[in-house]
Amino acid sequence: MPFACIFVPDFPVEALLRAEPSLRSQPLAVLEGKAPLQKVLTANENARRVGIIPGMTKLQIEACTGLSFRNRSALQEAIAHVALLDCAQSFSPRVEDAAPDTMVLDLLGMELLFGALPEIASSLARRALDLGLAANVAVAANPDTAVLAARGFRGVSVIPEGKEPERLGNLPVELLLATEQDAQQILETFRRWGIRNLRDLAALPDVPLSERLGQHGVYLQKLARGDTSRTLVPTEPPLVFEEAIELEYPLTLLEPLAFLLSQLLDHLCSRLATRALATQELRLELELASEYREEDNVGTGVLARPSQAQARQRFRRTLRLPLPLLDPKTFLKLLQLDLNAHPPGAPIVKIHLAAEPVRPRPGQSGLFLPPSPEPEKLQLTLARIAGIVGEDKVGSLEISDTHRPQGFRMQRFAPHNSFSPQRHRATEKNNSHCSVQMLINSSVSPPALSAAEGCLHGEFSGSSDNLVTALRIFRPPAVVTVTLREGKPTFISCLTRKETRGEILWAAGPWRSSGDWWEQEGWARDEWDIAVREETSIGLYRLVRDLLGGRWLLEGTYD
Amino acid sequence: MSSFPLFPTEAVRRPVASVALNSPAQVFERLSALPKLAEVTPASRLTVRLAPKMVSSGVCEIDALTGGLPRGCLTEVCGPISSGRTSLLLAVLAAATQRQEACALVDVSDAFDPLSAAMAAVNFESLLWVRCKTNPSQRHGDTEKTHQKHKNINRLRMETPVEQGLRVTDLLLQSGGFGLVIIDLGDVPLKMARRIPLTSWFRFQRAIEHTPTVLFIVTQAPCAQTCAALLLKLSAVSFQPSAQTPSHAALLNDLKIEAEILRSRMPRKPAQSATAAFATKTVRAG
Repeated sequence: MPFACIFVPDFPVEALLRAEPSLRSQPLAVLEGKAPLQKVLTANENARRVGIIPGMTKLQIEACTGLSFRNRSALQEAIAHVALLDCAQSFSPRVEDAAPDTMVLDLLGMELLFGALPEIASSLARRALDLGLAANVAVAANPDTAVLAARGFRGVSVIPEGKEPERLGNLPVELLLATEQDAQQILETFRRWGIRNLRDLAALPDVPLSERLGQHGVYLQKLARGDTSRTLVPTEPPLVFEEAIELEYPLTLLEPLAFLLSQLLDHLCSRLATRALATQELRLELELASEYREEDNVGTGVLARPSQAQARQRFRRTLRLPLPLLDPKTFLKLLQLDLNAHPPGAPIVKIHLAAEPVRPRPGQSGLFLPPSPEPEKLQLTLARIAGIVGEDKVGSLEISDTHRPQGFRMQRFAPHNSFSPQRHRATEKNNSHCSVQMLINSSVSPPALSAAEGCLHGEFSGSSDNLVTALRIFRPPAVVTVTLREGKPTFISCLTRKETRGEILWAAGPWRSSGDWWEQEGWARDEWDIAVREETSIGLYRLVRDLLGGRWLLEGTYD
Repeated sequence: MSSFPLFPTEAVRRPVASVALNSPAQVFERLSALPKLAEVTPASRLTVRLAPKMVSSGVCEIDALTGGLPRGCLTEVCGPISSGRTSLLLAVLAAATQRQEACALVDVSDAFDPLSAAMAAVNFESLLWVRCKTNPSQRHGDTEKTHQKHKNINRLRMETPVEQGLRVTDLLLQSGGFGLVIIDLGDVPLKMARRIPLTSWFRFQRAIEHTPTVLFIVTQAPCAQTCAALLLKLSAVSFQPSAQTPSHAALLNDLKIEAEILRSRMPRKPAQSATAAFATKTVRAG
């Protein structure tokens, strides 16, 4: 039964490098402790080359030129741990969360899905690297051997069954006791016995070793020989997709914020992709510096300017999408447009981004379905249009259940799902209906021939039955002066629309309506349909008398 | 002080002119070094542009007159007030939404009446309505702070509704996937509509070329000029109600509209003025 282990060496460093990938090529040390007693916890390979070792003080490493150092970040380590778990879960459902930097996977049956064991190991390492973590991967016949090999060997290693003592032999005995509490005491004993590596330990006789070190010693020897066996303790983590970054200095401009958001979105989308998921809701939470206040800087790219007043601490924006998407570029552009329209108003010190996971939408549309905008492009276009005309001025409309004039509300535009079977059926129905129409009307005139031809493709299905006399609304209604004779309007004059002035030729009405009298915003009105002679034609208008306000209003024109 | 000549002198030209072309082979060699003129297709041999696919306008009489609305082309409808432009617009919109196509209405004057559209059987789920006419001082329920914010937005952008409409149309056409995009310039004064640069219309026409999108423009007078593949002029036939105090139905029902083709780039171009008449009916029968 094969097992794999993913181990991230120098985990605190890797967690920080995941958030700041630009530091990967530089020497980096991670400090722990309270200032000024901070000491080096761990360092990357470049830093070790220039002589940085754990335990050095901050004062000592400050003398080293070109060295970057960061404080240990529990937040980044927690996020990196979840990312590592996602990486393991994308290959096997049985994953043991052995340590923050170590995951053990059960690979039973995985060869059929992902290929041979070396291929799986390489894929695991690649996937971890995609998530921003340089990891060692080892595959062995039992979990403990896989863990030892991953901790001991760099890169990818596969240990065949039966070859464990041979392959593990050169590893130092310190590896066995990396997580032990009384490691120093046992190591001191091994040192006195002259035991340096696992081969020496494996060669010791069992009984004398048991007499001197007890069952723990025997267990360590079994580990060194690679013949332990235990059951995996699988973990089932909740599907939480969150990324965060703490900034060393407050951000005041939108452009550098976009770089960081891009990085977070890349990580988030990679993690979602490993679980074959997408997202329909992105939640952005920005922690703001306290000594700034909100200012209006719409469209300038400046998030805030300093001031003396205190302000809010957190800024939250939620991006809801009508369809599940998984494109970091689209998300970034949407967040940029949203932040440009709604700037946080203060410098940012921490960014937290969370995604609500949902199943992705099917990827293939029908061949004969009517044109429909691509969801990603459509969302970007809608966000851009909202930036031009305002958020409440774009969308599809829904008529409210009321007789109040202009009783409608705007809602998010989400055209028919191109993949819905209902839509497909509707298209088919149209096609068949048109074919029947064409058969009945056998005598068609030549100009209408192409129209009849189009029926075959479902294009010419309309009739003139729905041709209504439409109203064009004046928003806001124009205030007019009306002359009445025997209670009927006979002359109209409008200041805002100079062309609407003259004698009323015909007037039909009034139609009295009222509503919502039980609420504060009640309404009552008389409607007239009038015809007014204009320069070149006759204009038909809807004239309204507001019974509560006593004004005459020109509500629109029939066109 | 010597100055560099603006035109090539004889001395400059001489090396080029002095190349001796002794044999036909040399002549051929020299010509072959030039851009391959033989590969340039002469205008007479250009492939004939395929006729666009036509779709129904939702009005049988208009379909019979024009053969429908051309996809991938710009259709312009013009006419004075109360000439039936909006009725035709709603019919076109209803036909497109019933075909389950995604449609967009760029409402430059914010004049769209949802009730009329509902009566014309427009499917609102497929319709994206963009209302361009923004006037912060007319917003209801704005606090002083948000009002100030809107003022700042307006000051920063300084865009007229027509400019907003053109930008929005550009975005919609570049986005693609819409079966019908309508620009309603029906209430825009003629002098403002004519200020729209011709390049905008060319850009729109270029953006929808080879796509299934129908770009439909409603104006008071023609302004897209040669970019419009089909130009229709609507006018109301003069009517005379039977009574001096007619009912609503008598006034607004059976309004006669006449449509005339002013320009058509379709293969079936009429030799002379072609017109069709149709009638609208009132929303309310009362």
